[in-house]
Amino acid sequence: MAKNIKLMVNGKSHDLRVDDPEMPLLYALRNDLGLQGPHFGCGLEQCGACTVHIDGKAVRSCRFPVGKAAGAKILTLEGLGTPKKLHPLQAAFIEEQAVQCGYCINGMIMQAKALLDSNKRPSEAQIKEALANNLCRCGTHLRIVRAIKRASEMMA
Amino acid sequence: MLMEKISRREFLKTSGALVVTFSIASPLAEAATKRAGPAKTVAGDQVDGFIAIDAKGNVTLYSGKVDLGTGVRTALAQIAAEELSVPLEKVEVVQGDTALTPDQGITWGSLSIQAGGMQIRQACATAREALLAQGAEKLGVSRSGVYAKDGRVMVLGSEKGISYGQLVGGKNFQMKVDAKAPLKPPSAYTIVGQPVKRFEIPDIVTGRFTYMHDFKVKGMLHARVVRPAAMKANLLSVDDSAAKKVPGYVATVRKGNFLAMVAKNEWAAIRCADGVKAQWSDWQGLPDKAKLWDYVRQTKVVSDEDFQKVGDSGAAMKTGARMLTATYDFAIHTHGSQGPSCAIADHKNGKLTVWTASQATHLLRKQLGNMLGMKADDIRCIYLGGSGCYGRNGHEDAAADAALLTRELGKPVRVQWSRADEHGWDPKGPPTLLEHRAALDAGGKVVAWESMVFIPNRPKGFEVTLVAADLAGLPKDTAFPGNIHASLAIPYAFPNIKATARWLAETPFKPSWIRTPGRMQNTYANECFMDECATAAGVDPLEYRRRNLKDPRGLELLDRLARLANWTPRKGLAKASGDIVKGRGVSYTKYELVRTYVGAVADVEVNRKTGTVRVERVYMAHDCGQIINPDGIKNQLEGGVVQTVSRTLIEDLKFDRSRVTSLDWKSYPILTFPDVPDVVLDLIDRPTERPWGVGEPGTAVVPSAISNAIYDAVGIRMRSVPFTPDKVLAALRTA
Repeated sequence: MAKNIKLMVNGKSHDLRVDDPEMPLLYALRNDLGLQGPHFGCGLEQCGACTVHIDGKAVRSCRFPVGKAAGAKILTLEGLGTPKKLHPLQAAFIEEQAVQCGYCINGMIMQAKALLDSNKRPSEAQIKEALANNLCRCGTHLRIVRAIKRASEMMA
Repeated sequence: MLMEKISRREFLKTSGALVVTFSIASPLAEAATKRAGPAKTVAGDQVDGFIAIDAKGNVTLYSGKVDLGTGVRTALAQIAAEELSVPLEKVEVVQGDTALTPDQGITWGSLSIQAGGMQIRQACATAREALLAQGAEKLGVSRSGVYAKDGRVMVLGSEKGISYGQLVGGKNFQMKVDAKAPLKPPSAYTIVGQPVKRFEIPDIVTGRFTYMHDFKVKGMLHARVVRPAAMKANLLSVDDSAAKKVPGYVATVRKGNFLAMVAKNEWAAIRCADGVKAQWSDWQGLPDKAKLWDYVRQTKVVSDEDFQKVGDSGAAMKTGARMLTATYDFAIHTHGSQGPSCAIADHKNGKLTVWTASQATHLLRKQLGNMLGMKADDIRCIYLGGSGCYGRNGHEDAAADAALLTRELGKPVRVQWSRADEHGWDPKGPPTLLEHRAALDAGGKVVAWESMVFIPNRPKGFEVTLVAADLAGLPKDTAFPGNIHASLAIPYAFPNIKATARWLAETPFKPSWIRTPGRMQNTYANECFMDECATAAGVDPLEYRRRNLKDPRGLELLDRLARLANWTPRKGLAKASGDIVKGRGVSYTKYELVRTYVGAVADVEVNRKTGTVRVERVYMAHDCGQIINPDGIKNQLEGGVVQTVSRTLIEDLKFDRSRVTSLDWKSYPILTFPDVPDVVLDLIDRPTERPWGVGEPGTAVVPSAISNAIYDAVGIRMRSVPFTPDKVLAALRTA
């Protein structure tokens, strides 16, 4: 059943008409709102490439029904910072060059933000634990850990 | 920032041909669909093939080699800026567009810098020399009275000069690349050799980079391909009545065994594909996985071919005091790109445009032409950055899916593979079996060394079959996996050597190259066996390698590696007690015997109770000649080590008699953060040598270093990749 849905994304309100409220939020963000931060990686909540924040929590948008996201505060990588006004995590990822193909990096940064929101100075082991369910096929892990550590120091 | 500038520059107007192209940082499809002017040459022997300079002195570099996440876009721009003597910010790179970029071959084999970059360097040197000659004339001084600096031809000892834009802006060079154009002396380098930050990272970390997956074309439809229930099953019937009820349903496309559901939006396409009921015939032609290596050994042999022959190994083998034999196998691996393959194709007025993350747009164009019966000239393939590509994966197949569908429907079509499509239908690294034997004399010296690798038949071409062509019964190329016999030959100075490839008539899955194809498997077996010889000789394994090397550059590398890892001679088995035992192993190669030198030391922990192997740290010394971007190399080496530890310890394609069954990340797991090793690097820079490849060589030595470290820890030889806990426990039980 088609439905009108109001989405609050990165501080802006969007009115959407969707054919199926069970459609994962990811498709609304990417195709209806044209966002390019969250990526489709598996559609199975296994890799983390699609991670966004819903009401302050890191959520895998590839299986989260858009209908359930109505009225919630959604934050995507685009809302975190811009090239001119970088969030410390984004700045740290640039500084550490913590990217290979970069397809997973959205999830890495959004998951790391969730970690830093609850633990301002995580240890290396805590960072690795927090990202244990985020996959990177290129093997950028070491740089990602360094970038998150750097970001936590920048934010201190 | 360079990226900001590029983002603003939506259209690049370059050269007299008024080529209108688009910035790959721009999401604007309208700009992207503009056709290039006809006059831009893509000839690889012409300066205009590679570079154009506009009136403002902005340089556009046209590269046939593409950035698959390796950083070569930035590195190639460094090479061009350096050789042209222009500021790096002035260089924009257009990659892998068949209408605009020369065919520099597939982006593979760690050849983007070594081969592609050197073509670009020579073209830029030719251009710079031409600019200097023209500038001198314009400035009224002799050629020897000018020099190039910051995009200007300057008069020696004066402030007088003229910009490249004034000289050539709006005009073509119209000259051949001069193979003898003098290259800038490395001592004068200010850009090459610097750890320049990659251009695209600010956009990637802020969600502004346009991946293939993000790209949109106005009016495009969305499709999902419904894959056969068994690899070679026939499609018997289709019931799409439920799919037709999905809002947004557009079409069911069936061509032979190719079945796709097309819809107005992506979610509708997914629902249609889920809703369609397809009946497939039974097919059970795959080998029994439990007996895979028997299958490989019993496969029909096409021929045996020797790739290294020194002395008479057969005769010498009988003279040894001691004989060693070992059999190694290396599992079937999937590429496992993080983003499943995706492509958009648009067939209009007899012309086909394809947006793709293919590593080989020029070759893809040819293959699509063959499949669809079109002239290659009527097809344009445009590269857009995709999810990491470590060899020929599913990108080309997604492009073929989209091309087939747009031709059927007459509208642009976007095809996005699912995770199961990617894990199940990308071509695989073939199962590889190796047999080694050696004879040692009484003093422990190798008097004869023989190796044989069992691999799918020798390639005649590089066109891996397009899945869509296969399923739809259209003309197709035949699959071959690439030069996978390379690196079977060894760098050691033994008196009698024979290294043989046994070419097999078939292999269970469509094969292709996956990072370090063949070289990883061959180096694994060679360097494990080298360790077995060292043990038999009672000599420290690093010292044993050193004694058998004559190459001073290789010896220097081993010395650097020993220092880096603080190597101490291994005296037989590490005699630690307890459940968790540490060990370290070494490995070395000169890649394909003709380029990059690399050595690794792995530190591992083996849990005797659980069989778990943990790689704590990998030290790596690396000599690829001239370094273009040291941070780019470090990134590649770190990533290569992590990925290869994953392949060595965990990865193993699962299948039944009909199809691949490891269709997600649970059934085909990869290494995750808690298990990632530290990587300690020593980069040897040789600015006056030619640059060699990086992405593959570093990974070649990883599996053997780990295997040798396990032996050092607990005295078992892991001769079968991956080193899973059950294999480790089985080996420990029989040790």
